[in-house]
Amino acid sequence: MATLKDVKNKIKAVRKTRQITKAMNMVAASKLRGAQERMESFRPYARKFAEVLGHLAARAGEGAHPLLAPREEIRAVHLVLCTSDRGLCGGFNTNLIEKAQAFYREKKAAGIPCSFTAFGRKGRNWCRKMNAEIESEHLGIMGTAVKFGEAQGAARTLVEGYLAERYDQVWIVYAEFLTVARQAPVLRPLLPVPPIEQVAREPGAYEGWLPEHLCEPSAAALLGEMLPRNVSVQLYRALLETSASEHAARMLAMDNATKACNDMIHNLTLAYNKARQAAITAELMDIVGGAEALKG
Amino acid sequence: MAGTIKLEIVTPERVVVSEEAQIVTAPGTLGEFGVLIGHTPFLTALQTGAVRYLDPQGGEHFVFVSGGFAEALPDRVTVLAESAERRRDIDVERARAALERAQKRLAEQRSREAVDFARAQAALQRALVRLKIAEKSRPQ
Repeated sequence: MATLKDVKNKIKAVRKTRQITKAMNMVAASKLRGAQERMESFRPYARKFAEVLGHLAARAGEGAHPLLAPREEIRAVHLVLCTSDRGLCGGFNTNLIEKAQAFYREKKAAGIPCSFTAFGRKGRNWCRKMNAEIESEHLGIMGTAVKFGEAQGAARTLVEGYLAERYDQVWIVYAEFLTVARQAPVLRPLLPVPPIEQVAREPGAYEGWLPEHLCEPSAAALLGEMLPRNVSVQLYRALLETSASEHAARMLAMDNATKACNDMIHNLTLAYNKARQAAITAELMDIVGGAEALKG
Repeated sequence: MAGTIKLEIVTPERVVVSEEAQIVTAPGTLGEFGVLIGHTPFLTALQTGAVRYLDPQGGEHFVFVSGGFAEALPDRVTVLAESAERRRDIDVERARAALERAQKRLAEQRSREAVDFARAQAALQRALVRLKIAEKSRPQ
């Protein structure tokens, strides 16, 4: 019965795996906390920004800026794909890439070329595999403390590309952080800037501002300054949400793995004990049998 | 003094200032402006520069801001900046290094692309303003 030793080894191996998954779970949990805090601290800026932009856009009206006006003919599109750099996070990247793939296929079927900006190694690798054109790639920042500057640099390139008519639409795929247990891949338009919603002011804030708000230099000029910045703001938010989602997904995946390890160890231990007991019983039978034979 | 206004300076990464102030002055693109309580609603883009405010006890504070907007309402001023630092948080060493780097780049790059030139110029401006604000904190 060599299996007794085998089972023991197997138990040892699973224990070691469990140690790793447990550690990864805890690391992901602490990184998730950091990522959530960053999302929290971005919120005041984002809210205020949306508020001011909403009022300005309402005042300036549609078509006031090239970034606002939809183009009639769509000759090329661009997709910003946010994924993680590293795996071991369940279906996280698969879900995001599926979303991107559906988009890519649809455009391809319609004969519209689609280029990519890749945030995260997983998405970049997929783009390569698909032989898609990668305009720029950003590795090593997803899942870390993403700086606003990163989003700003990338957003500048996107706006330049859009204005130079290299593409007529820019979309983004990222993971929306709903709760720790739920992250949804979403596809959103980035450029032209979708109709800007009016954001309700904070309750109790000063109300009557629209008609007599003074603007310097002018409302249109301010809008021109703010719209490109809006792309950075949206992109930054997407990066923060994807990073937080990645950690949450990894935490959950590792938690499941740890649980699976526990189950396996439990079952293997049972099997081990059974086998051991069977061996003892067999040996006893031998001895008893031998003793009986001598007596006879 | 009729009362104080609420001053908020926020960047994408954090809330830098959230305080009551007697008066706030900020560098608008069309010139420096001051805000007291009861100001007309006003929205402006900001230059790289210093936001100065007096706290209710009369203490004077400086905050470096770059790339942003300010919105003034009768009871509050909100500054949205790409970067903002209180005077005591300014890293003088880093600003000096940035200053030298920008000067070098400007010196060797006059002929090159306008974009790089503008960027170096903006960096130079930021470094200069940071140093200027930091200087003010020294005891006279």
